[in-house]
Amino acid sequence: MARIQFTPQLRRFTDTPELECAAATLAEALAAAFVLNPRLRGYVLDDQGELRPNVAVFVDGRRSQDIHQTLRADSQVFVLQALSGG
Amino acid sequence: MTDSRAWVATRKGLFELQREAGGAWHIARLSFIAEPVSMVLPPDANGFMLAALNLGHFGVKLHASDDAGQSWREVACPSYPEQPDEPNQPFPWKLNLIWSLERAADGSLWCGTLPGGLFVSRDRGESWQLVESLWKLPQRLEWFGGGYPEPGIHSICPHPQDANDLLIGISCGGVWRTRDGGASWSVHTQGMRADFMPPERADDPNIQDPHRVQRCAAAPDVLWTQHHCGIWRSADHGALWQELKPAPSSFGFAVAAHPTDPQTAWFAPAVKDERRIPVEAALCVTRTRDGGQSFEVLRQGLPQQHCYDLIYRHGLEVGADGRSLLMGSTTGSLWASGDGGDSWQAVSNHLPPIYAVRFG
Repeated sequence: MARIQFTPQLRRFTDTPELECAAATLAEALAAAFVLNPRLRGYVLDDQGELRPNVAVFVDGRRSQDIHQTLRADSQVFVLQALSGG
Repeated sequence: MTDSRAWVATRKGLFELQREAGGAWHIARLSFIAEPVSMVLPPDANGFMLAALNLGHFGVKLHASDDAGQSWREVACPSYPEQPDEPNQPFPWKLNLIWSLERAADGSLWCGTLPGGLFVSRDRGESWQLVESLWKLPQRLEWFGGGYPEPGIHSICPHPQDANDLLIGISCGGVWRTRDGGASWSVHTQGMRADFMPPERADDPNIQDPHRVQRCAAAPDVLWTQHHCGIWRSADHGALWQELKPAPSSFGFAVAAHPTDPQTAWFAPAVKDERRIPVEAALCVTRTRDGGQSFEVLRQGLPQQHCYDLIYRHGLEVGADGRSLLMGSTTGSLWASGDGGDSWQAVSNHLPPIYAVRFG
């Protein structure tokens, strides 16, 4: 089962479920999390369903900007915050 | 609208101000500490209000309060529909900023955004609908950025009695009016001039850059515009605009229209394009009380040396009494006047950069 976790920075805005799911792609893993908290979707994806540019997603230790990237059965997905702003 | 309470939307939170019996303002509450608050809609009679956040990393969010800002809950945010696969779309259909929030006479809520979409909520912010009649205008494809890379709706002027009558200002997309609740739109910029365009397009209504449009509440046909290229006033609901030429500058972003006197308005002048600072680094407010035939330059209490504060388009507001004014700057300075701008007192000189000030 792929495992998906979200940056603690998001917790001050909305609930961030940590879950294991049978997801074939990053999009499916995110969708599983959005089922648990629909509000979370707008924090990670924009109006067109694309990853927000300053949300950094790592899949098995590598930054991914492709929401359709395939996952392994035991992939580790971290949804983090890019270091920008001030 | 109460004149003893005000709201200051800043880059680092939403400040609630209360005015004491002696007239001095103090900060009563801070909400959304450290988060950018791009706009606020002050409470209605039931305490319902909205605050628009621009979280940067995590996008634009909208929060509502049912108790005049004591507690908040996240509500639905305007969202653009799926973008069609058309090559001529100049900007992505993605919400970048909530730039204006207003309440119409029937309680409907209107929200102006970047990249140029207007949204309406008829259920107190529980859901928002894109006003497709405006979004689908062929002219919309020619709008361009002014202040931001994308075009944006910064001014929404609901008619105080007729909820179907609404006028909006767009940078850069002109001034548009609907008289049927948003079903159809017509552009109203006759008399305005865009010096930033090639000469043959200077009069093009669809590319004018009104920085801010305000209406006189008691005389709804009277409108004031602080435009990129000067100041204009209309006495016939935008059918024709008359240019006004105050010293020391007619450039600026903000205008505050007197709520009951259609001859009176205030502006916050700055040096045009090349240097966006107060003229000679000395801050002033200009006021006309004769419909723009003449202007007074008001400086008492405002810094007159080495002042680099700029007043953004939502940074100058007049209260319902026509005498109370607030002015907030990009440098985080906030000034108040209780005598129509004759004199000013600093409320704070170290707030975060101020996006908007509003009474109520």
